[in-house]
Amino acid sequence: MLRLWPLRQVAKVQNVLGGLTQIATKSTQPAPAPELVEVFIDDKQVFVEPGTTVLQACAVAGVEIPRFCYHDRLSIAGNCRMCLVEVERSPKPVASCAMPVMKGMKVKTDSPMTRKAREGVMEFLLMNHPLDCPICDQGGECDLQDQSMAFGSDRSRFTDNAFTGKRAVEDKNIGPLIKTIMTRCIQCTRCIRFASEIAGVDDLGTSGRGTDMQVGTYVEKMFKSELSGNVIDLCPVGALTSKPYAFTARPWEIRKVESIDVMDAVGSNIVVGMRTNEVMRVLPRVNEDINEEWISDKTRFAYDGLKRQRLTTPFINVDGQLVPTDWETAFVKVAEKVKKVDPKLIAGVAGSTADAEAMVCLKDMINRLGGELLCTEDSFPLNRSGIDFRSNYIFNTTIGGIEQADVVLLIGTNPRLEAPLINARIRKTWIHSEVCVGVLGAPVDLSYEYQYLGDSFIVLKDLAAGTHPMCKALASANKPMIILGTDCLQGTENGVIYNAVKDIAERLRKNLKHKDWKIFNLLQKNASQVGALDLGYQPGVSGLKALQAELIFLLGADAGTVSKDKINPSSSVIYIGHHGDYGAQIADVVLPAAAYTEKDAIYVNTEGRVQLARQAVNPPGMARHDWKIIRALSEILGVALPYDKLADVRARLGEISPTFDQPGQVNESGFEAQAYQLQTEIKDPIVNVNTAISPTMLKLKDFYMTDPISRASLTMAKCIQACKESEKNPYSKQEAKA
Amino acid sequence: MAGLARISPNVTVSLCRSQGLPVLSTLVRHNATEPAKNEKKTYGPLKDQDRIFTNLYGRYDFRLKGAQARGAWYKTKEIILKGHEWILKEITTSGLRGRGGAGFPTGMKWGFMNKPFDGRPKYLVVNADEGEPGTCKDREIMRHDPHKLVEGCLVAGFAMHARAAYIYIRGEFYNEASNLQIAINEAYKAGLIGKNACGSGYDFDVFVHRGAGAYICGEETALIESIEGKQGKPRLKPPFPADVGVFGCPTTVSNVETVAVAPDICRRGGTWFASFGRERNRGVKLFNISGQVNNPTTVEEEMSIPLKDLIERHAGGVIGGWDNLLAVIPGGSSTPLIPKSVCDTVLMDFDDLIRVQTGLGTAALIVMNKQCDVVRCIARLIDFYKHESCGQCTPCREGVNWMMKIMHRFQTGNAKRDEIDMLYELSKQIEGHTICALGDGAAWPVQGLIRHFRPELEKRMDDYEKKAARN
Repeated sequence: MLRLWPLRQVAKVQNVLGGLTQIATKSTQPAPAPELVEVFIDDKQVFVEPGTTVLQACAVAGVEIPRFCYHDRLSIAGNCRMCLVEVERSPKPVASCAMPVMKGMKVKTDSPMTRKAREGVMEFLLMNHPLDCPICDQGGECDLQDQSMAFGSDRSRFTDNAFTGKRAVEDKNIGPLIKTIMTRCIQCTRCIRFASEIAGVDDLGTSGRGTDMQVGTYVEKMFKSELSGNVIDLCPVGALTSKPYAFTARPWEIRKVESIDVMDAVGSNIVVGMRTNEVMRVLPRVNEDINEEWISDKTRFAYDGLKRQRLTTPFINVDGQLVPTDWETAFVKVAEKVKKVDPKLIAGVAGSTADAEAMVCLKDMINRLGGELLCTEDSFPLNRSGIDFRSNYIFNTTIGGIEQADVVLLIGTNPRLEAPLINARIRKTWIHSEVCVGVLGAPVDLSYEYQYLGDSFIVLKDLAAGTHPMCKALASANKPMIILGTDCLQGTENGVIYNAVKDIAERLRKNLKHKDWKIFNLLQKNASQVGALDLGYQPGVSGLKALQAELIFLLGADAGTVSKDKINPSSSVIYIGHHGDYGAQIADVVLPAAAYTEKDAIYVNTEGRVQLARQAVNPPGMARHDWKIIRALSEILGVALPYDKLADVRARLGEISPTFDQPGQVNESGFEAQAYQLQTEIKDPIVNVNTAISPTMLKLKDFYMTDPISRASLTMAKCIQACKESEKNPYSKQEAKA
Repeated sequence: MAGLARISPNVTVSLCRSQGLPVLSTLVRHNATEPAKNEKKTYGPLKDQDRIFTNLYGRYDFRLKGAQARGAWYKTKEIILKGHEWILKEITTSGLRGRGGAGFPTGMKWGFMNKPFDGRPKYLVVNADEGEPGTCKDREIMRHDPHKLVEGCLVAGFAMHARAAYIYIRGEFYNEASNLQIAINEAYKAGLIGKNACGSGYDFDVFVHRGAGAYICGEETALIESIEGKQGKPRLKPPFPADVGVFGCPTTVSNVETVAVAPDICRRGGTWFASFGRERNRGVKLFNISGQVNNPTTVEEEMSIPLKDLIERHAGGVIGGWDNLLAVIPGGSSTPLIPKSVCDTVLMDFDDLIRVQTGLGTAALIVMNKQCDVVRCIARLIDFYKHESCGQCTPCREGVNWMMKIMHRFQTGNAKRDEIDMLYELSKQIEGHTICALGDGAAWPVQGLIRHFRPELEKRMDDYEKKAARN
């Protein structure tokens, strides 16, 4: 597999050698700092680091060089030749994307030679490109279109079209997400490089030579990656477009709303494209700290689930049947139920996509009624310092911090499916550095090589005791990282596993050279979890049974953790949520709420980063914003909440935790030592865990449907179907054993 | 693509620059105050005792015994014991220029490898992927004199501190590969290569790697990719192979002939080799003469021999006599053709052929007499380049295909007159805009045709138009 660090090592050695010779010759002077190189871009002087490419130097000078194959985050191919520029004293134009700057280089980005070269390349690119822009989905955001306007010739010389016509290439079926129109392909190989470098799936490649060269999968199979949709954004032409989005909208009709994704706990930054109160598509937004410029397929394609299975009107349960009703009746019904029960037996459960505003409103309302139990669906050990310290349940290293790690230990998690962009970050680190990855859990395909340690608790105990061979690597690491998944913390023995992991982390922390480096990370799966814990929700629903709760408010809790057989059978359930999924089925009253694209809301990602999602469209039908529903209900219940505006709710959030006042930032967590101290003071009996420490999502088909939105999505259903079919395809790479 | 500039001249210039070396100007400037050198004015024929490849026609045994009888492996140990610097000095003195097409000074190129050891082994890669139409010189070396090459690998490899040599041989050369392998096995057995090669204390291995028949794999970086097991697609330069070559290690790619003459230069001295040919075009060279001549042949001759001499003396003259000559492609299919008027006087060396807007290339002459359809010949060559383009970069992938379509119409005359200028411009749009020199090599034959045979093209178009009007 492709790994770049061995080459880097060589470069380092060369640098050292170069440095040595320099020191040897000028022994009296200290080794000079790497000097900036002076280059002239269109006679404008700029200073850049040595090793910068001409194209980057031009960008520093404010000159944008046209390009097709070059992409910041991919390796340099240099094959489109669009970025040719004239360099003084060079007899022919040079490919600026690949040419490193040299001292005193004089680049001319608008000389006749440069313009001629661009025009020539553009003519060649258009020669076999079909003139189907009117029916092409890339139209309006097509690099080829834009650049041919800016740099192309104003007339055609394709006399041969009258004799032989243009090249035609067969389209390939690479799955239900990506539509291929291969005749439009300009062979820039961005998709191939993305697949093999970022996604770690060597499915794409070129076959054939010369004008017959084709981009494809060699044999017909699915492009099986959780990040596959990104090739749509990368494709500079309309060769790879989105299948679900095909022929639905034009980019200039779409209004773009910058928002946050809730399909996992990464909190990818997205742009929601809407037209006429309908979400047309979801695209990534650059955020170097989180998702760079990629998003997972679930984030990108599950939006069609927002239009299906929606709750558009309140329901009440009449003789086991949910009957549509109006808000007033539903509220009165809730009030009746509240009156009937002991206030102490009222509880609330927040689901995976609940926003912070709704959660704080629900908590305040139930507290005002007299109830104390508010919990989340995802469990977390409470037996020791538990959720008292934020550092116990967030991703302390931060996603960007992964790139500095030199040993990563993954315990009971499959980041590739639980948080694809965190996995992409680990893979990026793995490619560019000597990071060593160890996995305790299921032997899944993570797209990089790792040392598999097994899945039994004994291994974890050995690691905690320092007797495992891996401990040496961990102890000698400068910046070790431990990522603990939440799947292995759902059982009754979660505390034992958690304590063992904390023991490992604490031992490493004591001997750490970089004192501010964070070792322990919890990889959450639910977008609501960190926010809920910050607000004082209890993790896990076990309290419901212990309390024998009589009335339960479900705030989008659809994971199936709350079911009739797990709670007091006589209890009533009020469901506030946007999809007719698991929660609505067991509810006595259903109050329709808004999904993440339909409200201004705060989400806290697994790093503890507070982010604002913005409303793109209105909630459908009679559905309303979650916090407003609770606010209205509180009035009917006689415990009116003192928030009339969203700003009031947010002020309340800030009262509870100041992190809510700092959107976009990660507050460094502290008190690791105290957290651990509290942990050791209480002695748990040493128990053995007999079940395997394993994540629940093992294969790609497990990835697509994890929450009410993606479960309602037709596209996600097709993906699962395609995954199942590809398992029968003998040419498809078989995923690791389940 | 053995014939074509493995490093195109333009790259050569930038290579010099990147290595901080003086750029070789294509013009030789003579200072008036400099005393006139005692230069000879006539070149060729080569005397038998000055031939390096004495078994070119396979009349003798190619194996070790026969080769040793002809002087191979004679005092190789002594050559090696004289050291790296000495070999490089002799090669530099000899004025040897790369025999693969670009003509980069060999001494300088091998000298690039003399960087301090950084932990990576160095490699010599021998380019035996001789695919250029018209070229068949390396093949004769490998099938009839393989020991010259094996010995050359050791000498050249030692000069550049190489750990091993990889000989990348064209897939179609089955017999050549097996003869070469026999020679390597013999050399191993005799202790000439391998551990303690020739008893010199130097360890050196030679490997043969057979290609799969792609012309582009003769381009040095594509060849490296192919050895590494990837698709044969040229790499971007920089980094040059001398920095990052095969398996990421410093590498020099040299043509078979360049490597094979190195031991004899060392044995007889650089000055002996430099006594042949004109200034900057020194040495002896294998010439291939094919096409419409009476005796197509491969012959070793002195550089700078007049083209006419070469054809008349060695190939039995043009079919139908010298006056029946139409044009000659002087350096393998990728060099532009020259018409008879130029052929009368031109010398076969790098500089004189550049003067007449063509190149020495691999020194494979393709002779065309007046009975041949020159447009069809060039169209066929473009077919070849279209078929062999790797498809990586745009100008070559799209442009060569387009040129092919136009050339086929030109063959029948089904075109407009202004398309000739358009075709010329297209070829200029390809030339110099691609990653490797294949684009250049495809553009040059078309440029040569238009430069010298425009009336012929126009005549065809007129005839076609007349014919169409009649129907």
